Amino acid sequence: MTDMAHAPEAHAAEAHAHAEEAFIWKYVFSKNHRVIGIQYYVTAMVMALVAGLLAMLIRLQLAWPQRDWGVLAKLFPMGYDVGGGFGVMRPEFYAMLFTMHGTIMVFFVLSTAPVSGFGNILIPLQAGARDMAFPFLNGLSYWTFFVGCVVILSSFFVGAGAAAGGWTAYPPLSALKGAVPGSETGQTFWIIGMVFFIASFTMGGLNFVTTIINLRTKGLTPLRMPMTLWAMFLVAVLGLLAFPALVAACLMLIFDRHFGTSFFLPTGLVLNNVPLLGPDGKTFLHQGGSPLLWQHLFWFLGHPEVYILMLPALGFTSDILVTFARKPLFGYKSMVGALWAIAGLSFIVWGHHMFVSGMNPYLGMAFAVGTILIAVPSAVKVFNWLATLRGARIRFNTPMLWAVGVVSLFISGGLSGVWLAQSAPDIQLHDTMFVAAHFHLIMAGAALFGVFGATSYWFPKMFGRMMNDTLGKAHFWFTFVTYYGTFFPMHYIGIAGHLRRIYDPYQYEFLKPLQPINQLITISALILGSSQILFFVNFFWSAFAGKKATENPWQANGLEWTTASPPPHGNWPGPIPEVHRWPYEYANPDFPKDHVMQHEPLTAAEMEVKAAEGPSRHEH
Amino acid sequence: MTQAEAAAHVPALEAHWGGGASPFGATWQKTMMWIFIVTDGLLFSGLLCGYGFVRHVSPVPWPHQSEVFSIPFIALMTFILITSSMTMGTAVTAARLGDRRRAINNLIFTIVGGFSFLACQAYEWTHLIREGARLTGNPWGPPQFTQSFFILTGFHGSHVFSGLVILIITVIRAAMGKTPAQGVELAGLYWHFVDLVWVFIFTLFYLL
Repeated sequence: MTDMAHAPEAHAAEAHAHAEEAFIWKYVFSKNHRVIGIQYYVTAMVMALVAGLLAMLIRLQLAWPQRDWGVLAKLFPMGYDVGGGFGVMRPEFYAMLFTMHGTIMVFFVLSTAPVSGFGNILIPLQAGARDMAFPFLNGLSYWTFFVGCVVILSSFFVGAGAAAGGWTAYPPLSALKGAVPGSETGQTFWIIGMVFFIASFTMGGLNFVTTIINLRTKGLTPLRMPMTLWAMFLVAVLGLLAFPALVAACLMLIFDRHFGTSFFLPTGLVLNNVPLLGPDGKTFLHQGGSPLLWQHLFWFLGHPEVYILMLPALGFTSDILVTFARKPLFGYKSMVGALWAIAGLSFIVWGHHMFVSGMNPYLGMAFAVGTILIAVPSAVKVFNWLATLRGARIRFNTPMLWAVGVVSLFISGGLSGVWLAQSAPDIQLHDTMFVAAHFHLIMAGAALFGVFGATSYWFPKMFGRMMNDTLGKAHFWFTFVTYYGTFFPMHYIGIAGHLRRIYDPYQYEFLKPLQPINQLITISALILGSSQILFFVNFFWSAFAGKKATENPWQANGLEWTTASPPPHGNWPGPIPEVHRWPYEYANPDFPKDHVMQHEPLTAAEMEVKAAEGPSRHEH
Repeated sequence: MTQAEAAAHVPALEAHWGGGASPFGATWQKTMMWIFIVTDGLLFSGLLCGYGFVRHVSPVPWPHQSEVFSIPFIALMTFILITSSMTMGTAVTAARLGDRRRAINNLIFTIVGGFSFLACQAYEWTHLIREGARLTGNPWGPPQFTQSFFILTGFHGSHVFSGLVILIITVIRAAMGKTPAQGVELAGLYWHFVDLVWVFIFTLFYLL
């Protein structure tokens, strides 16, 4: 035990000895958690640009489907029919757009930026550790992720283009090479890219869990951990438990695609009006498999996966709200419990993605009940946030605006979730734009807003500078208004029967009246997309020329605010601070100042109370 | 209040989870290995669930395993692998007690056991392929039968192989005096895990 206690100090000394490292080892193949976190974050943001541009093309298509886009046809010659004055998008290109938009956004942006990005930056700082438990594995994890990104991006340029079977890659579409052009080499690249991503996420998760279990500083009991740290812990656990199912599924999919097995392929497949026969020319090539197996395995991962996106944002929001409301977090223990409940329930509700797959109605009912149960811990979180804000003298800086935005999106998106959770309404709403509206608000939007909030809040710990508040606020308001402008009307067209993933909605008579709404959504989406320029300008300008940040610019309480901005290698120049209290000691009337940091020792009066009441008094 | 009195007040949770030390008294390497084993184990349970699913929905009746495989031979393979787990355990104990020679000998026994298992598996695969087992189909019934067989035993076999690579590196480093007792223990944890997975595959695929 003693050598363990000394290990971090030894690490710091070792880090000091290597202070004069070559640029390539310090910033490229770095083992420092903060550098790796920033690498993850920046890579994810580059991927977000790509996926965001894909979304813009999707929106243009849905608003003006038969329009001749001359310029775009020149930019994407494979996606548009050219010649004869035509620059109309090809249907298979549209399928590729929504597939890759979803894949990149879900895995390579919104799982990466909050979890791998901020997780790496914040976990050692908030837990009071010199670095992650296994820095080499951490660096390896980033470069594995990087290879995954390269594979996914290069899939746009192979053969007939990138995968086009939806981000869920349902077989038989994804398993039969002739089904869509994207199911040829593109789908193979999709699988390989995903396997790299999962390998990287697993390595990261191993580090997250081990660091939080083993390397917390003295005094940091679990019930004194900041909500962000709790979220990161649970997210890493979710990833480690859920992703193996997708690896198993991908393995079987590769065998179905390339080695002639039939795990997901039933008897009697007909492709382009030709029966898919085996070499004997009489019997079917594939026999006896079931596409439902893929759906089960995929959604066993898929549902925990959406909480992998969500939980960090909930953690960030709790930490930011408290700092800017200058009040203790209301119901800390119930907040932790709610995170556990959401994480636990996520493993038993995957069937709600499959209500129309022909499952037994009784099974559907069980899944529906489980799903509706998630509303309980979610509501606990919302009410606790509102109670935290009640009567507070709120400081409205950029991070606070984003945090309030998360609360708003969490409520709006959560309400439609209760509709979709029930199997009966879901039969009507399944695979409509209502679903797209729901998950863009709650999972994509709340996660994205959480990332933006965390960026402006922890920017000092990333780059040692403050982000520009005015630009940040402008970015928030543009994004907030256009985000709702884009996704709120989608509920309406979804209820009206507008399916998602259709290339030209106005081929159907009953969808023709919806075109003006789609055009409104597209205009809003275009403004949403272009207002992100404000963020990128602010990010790069502030990183290099922003105002220098002090140690604790927001007067917050966590351990990350006890060291310099940015923290030195080894995080604390001296010994690691010890923790004596919870992270939300704001506006305590027993103290003359308005916040007491986690490492400040208990006062004599507090010691007396603690001795009288037992040790749990200061763990709220 | 004296120090001792204060310590008496600390409840168990705070004593183990109070930070500054590992709650399980395990180094981070060992903690990480255990977590890795959980996640790798779930990979196999994903494959096993997949196998159970395709078997359940198969429109053609599943063949009787005892008519396809020689169950005594598979039992012998299982026996070899479990014996290698025993020698592995002995190696870990010897390494912990500082008996390097005994640790190295037992690691070598384990490696021999692992290679014998792989040899048996290679024999079994060859035998079945000669009888017509393919990834696309087989003479005994549903194609999923051999598909699941090859993917499960193949994936497990690759794990055994990577375990052997780890063991060979460990034994070479131990012979050079470079592997601490914990290194042997971590390799042992992985080896036991690979053996445990086989017990599940043996039960769920060959016997049930």
